[in-house]
Amino acid sequence: MSTTPNKPVAGKKSDQGFVYLPLIVGWLVPGGGHFLQGKWVRGTLLAVSIVAMFVLGLAMQGKLYTSAQDILGILGMAGDMGTGLLYLVSRALGLGSQPTQTTFADYGKVFIVVAGLLNIIAAVDAHNLRTGRKQ
Amino acid sequence: MFQPSHFAAVLLFALFASTVFGITMRDTPQRMFRYGAYCFILFVGSAIVLSWLMLLIAR
Repeated sequence: MSTTPNKPVAGKKSDQGFVYLPLIVGWLVPGGGHFLQGKWVRGTLLAVSIVAMFVLGLAMQGKLYTSAQDILGILGMAGDMGTGLLYLVSRALGLGSQPTQTTFADYGKVFIVVAGLLNIIAAVDAHNLRTGRKQ
Repeated sequence: MFQPSHFAAVLLFALFASTVFGITMRDTPQRMFRYGAYCFILFVGSAIVLSWLMLLIAR
């Protein structure tokens, strides 16, 4: 099974326009950075994966971090904020605000944090596509 | 409230994380699929192995 990493794409770099736009859009809307560049299948798969993980986390009564009082809170909030608009809209709707002490709530909290971290990876990937570092 | 079994939660987590890893870490569809499948097997396989280890330690 091939697991060799990507080779850098030589000589393909575009400096036209604002190169950080896919990064910002990809952070705000999962898969948005790929949609901007016409990568519809990749964007759809990323969006479905990240949104499903976030929604399942909320459905398991996972908690959204709302304040950072210690190092774990800071890290958790940073992870949650990786989901961009999903986090902001959920906060505005009051979702994930009830603290619950169940195993499923712990799973849900992890699902939400990991969805945010995966979205950051996807946004950086969109930026790499924009700069020509990746095909 | 959604209450999957522990193993179903592992499968869901592995599926979504592997999809993102595959797409973002490789640059052609075939290699994306293969790397995603590789990550999925590692996620699920390591969860099963660690579960058995914890069971043996607990005894």
